[in-house]
Amino acid sequence: MSAKTPSKLEKVMAAGHLGVTSECGPPRGSDPEVIKHKAELLKDCVDAINVTDNQTSVVRTSSLATCIHLKLMGLEPILQMVTRDRNRIALQSDILGAASFDIANVLCLSGDHQSFGDNPQGQNVHDLDSMQLLWTVRKMRDEGTFLGGDEIKRPPKMFVGAAANPFADPFEIRVPRLAKKIEAGAEFIQTQCIYNLEKFEEWIRLAEDRGLTEKCYIMAGVTPFKSAGMAKYMKNRVPGMDVPDDVVKRMADTPKGSQAEEGINICVETIQRLKELKGVSGFHIMAIEWEEKVPEIVERAGLMPRPETD
Amino acid sequence: MIVADKKPVEEIIEYVKDCKKILVLGCNECVTVCEAGGKKEVGVLAATLRMYFSNQGAEDVQVDERTLERQCDHEYLEEIRDIADQYDGIVSIACGVGIQFTAEKYHSIPVYPGVNTCFLGVTEQRGLWTERCQACGQCILAYTGGICPVARCAKRLFNGPCGGSSQGKCEINKELDCAWQLIIDRLKAIDRMDLYEKFFNIKDWSTDRAGGPRKVEREDVQI
Ligand code: SF4
Ligand code: SF4
Repeated sequence: MSAKTPSKLEKVMAAGHLGVTSECGPPRGSDPEVIKHKAELLKDCVDAINVTDNQTSVVRTSSLATCIHLKLMGLEPILQMVTRDRNRIALQSDILGAASFDIANVLCLSGDHQSFGDNPQGQNVHDLDSMQLLWTVRKMRDEGTFLGGDEIKRPPKMFVGAAANPFADPFEIRVPRLAKKIEAGAEFIQTQCIYNLEKFEEWIRLAEDRGLTEKCYIMAGVTPFKSAGMAKYMKNRVPGMDVPDDVVKRMADTPKGSQAEEGINICVETIQRLKELKGVSGFHIMAIEWEEKVPEIVERAGLMPRPETD
Repeated sequence: MIVADKKPVEEIIEYVKDCKKILVLGCNECVTVCEAGGKKEVGVLAATLRMYFSNQGAEDVQVDERTLERQCDHEYLEEIRDIADQYDGIVSIACGVGIQFTAEKYHSIPVYPGVNTCFLGVTEQRGLWTERCQACGQCILAYTGGICPVARCAKRLFNGPCGGSSQGKCEINKELDCAWQLIIDRLKAIDRMDLYEKFFNIKDWSTDRAGGPRKVEREDVQI
C-alpha cells in the first residue's frame, strides 16, 4: 500500500514499519496545559496521537480543539469523531475545520451510548452510523464533494480509520463487518484492547484469508492494567471486552505493590507476540490516564526509535 | 399499536385540582390493550380523583366517566359534542394523538394528559410491551430481516452490530437483546446473510420527524 495523504502515520506504515499510536483524553475543563503535558509525554514514542471524543459519553474539551493544540505543538493528531452527538451537517463542518489546520487523520466511531456518561438524559443523534461517517469522509476527500453534492474548495486530506472489536458478538460477523468497514472506506483499523490473544489471532487469520489485511492497516489495541481491580472491572463491566480468566488471575496473584509493573509486563508481552503476526501493521496503546508509562512500553516492546518520515 | 403508560395520579391531580367538573375520557383502542387508558382505567382514575376531592372536603366536585371507541377520529369524538362544554377540564387517557385531537376539537376546554405515550410496540406478554417501530416513514425492514435497527438498536446503526454487543445483549443493558444479534440470527434463518455484507448507505431522514410534521394524503380514498 502506498501513502495517499500527508499523514505521517500512513507514511510510516506504508514504508513497512510498525506504526505506533497512543491516545490523549481531553480534560474535563479548559486548561490547555493538561493537554500539553500529556502530549509532551507521548511525543517521541508514537507516530500519532488519538484524541478521544467525549469518551464514555462524559463531557470534555472537544476532540477538534484538542487536536488543534497538538497540531500547533508540531505533533500528529488523530481526530476521533463519534456519530452520537452531531448530525451530518456538524460532522462535515468539523471535518473541514480539522482540515483547515491540516489535521491529517480521522477515526470514525459510533461512540458509547450516552447512558454511560454524565448526561444520561440527553438526546443522541446517530444521523449517520460509523460506517456511513467513514464513507462521508472518503467522499469529501476523494470526490471533493459534500454529501449534498456541492464541490469542496480544498477538500480534506485525511487518512481515514475506524475501530474494530474482534471480541464483540456475534463472532462470525466480525470479519464480514471489517470487510464492510473497508468497503466503506477505512484505510486503517485500531482494535479493541487485546487480552485474548488466541481469539485475536483467529480473527486476523480469517481477515487475512479474505485479503483484508492487504487492503487496510490493522493496528492492534493494547491497554496496560494498573491493578487486579482494573482487570476484573474490564472483564465484568466493560461491554465487548474479553479478558480471559488466566490474565485476571495473573494480576490477582501478583502482590499489590507490583501489580502495576505486572500490568506493563503483560502489555509488553502482548505486543512482542503480536509483532510477529502477519497482518498486524502497528499498535495502538491506550494507557487510560497513564500516559507516562507509554514511553516505557514502546521502548521495552522494541518499537523505538520511531522511524523518520520526510 | 401505540403503547402508553399511566401517569402518576399526583401529576394528574396537580392539573385538575382547581376544577369543579371533570370528565375522564378513555379510548377503546390501543390504550385499552396496553391497560393504560380503557374503560377499566377510566373507572379507576375517576374513583381515585373522587376520593382525593372528598378527602379535601370538596364534595361538590363532579368527576364523570366516558370511553370513546377512538379519540383519533372525528366521528367518535363528536359523541361528546353536547356535553363537552359543561366541563372545566377533560383528562384524556387516550394516547397523545387522542389527547391532541380532543383538545383540537374542543378548543376552549382544557384537556390534560392522563397517560405518558411511549412508543409503537407489541404485547410480548401480558404486562410487557416493547418497542418495534419509530415510524420513520421509509421502511427498511426488507434489508434487515424484518427487525428494525432504527427502533431497536440503541445507536440506530444500519451496518451494525457495534463493538458493545455481548452474548447477544446490548451494551446499554444486559436485559436488552442486541437488535443486530436478532437481525443476524434472522438473516441466517432465511438464508440471506448476503444482505449483511451489503453496505447500507446514509438514510434519508426527511420522512422521519426530522422532516417536520408529516402527512399521508390518499386521493383515491378521499371524498
Ligand atoms: S424502518 Fe422505519 S418504518 Fe420500518 S419498522 Fe423501522 S422505524 Fe418503523
Ligand atoms: S449492542 Fe447491538 S443493539 Fe446495542 S447499540 Fe450495539 S448494535 Fe445496537
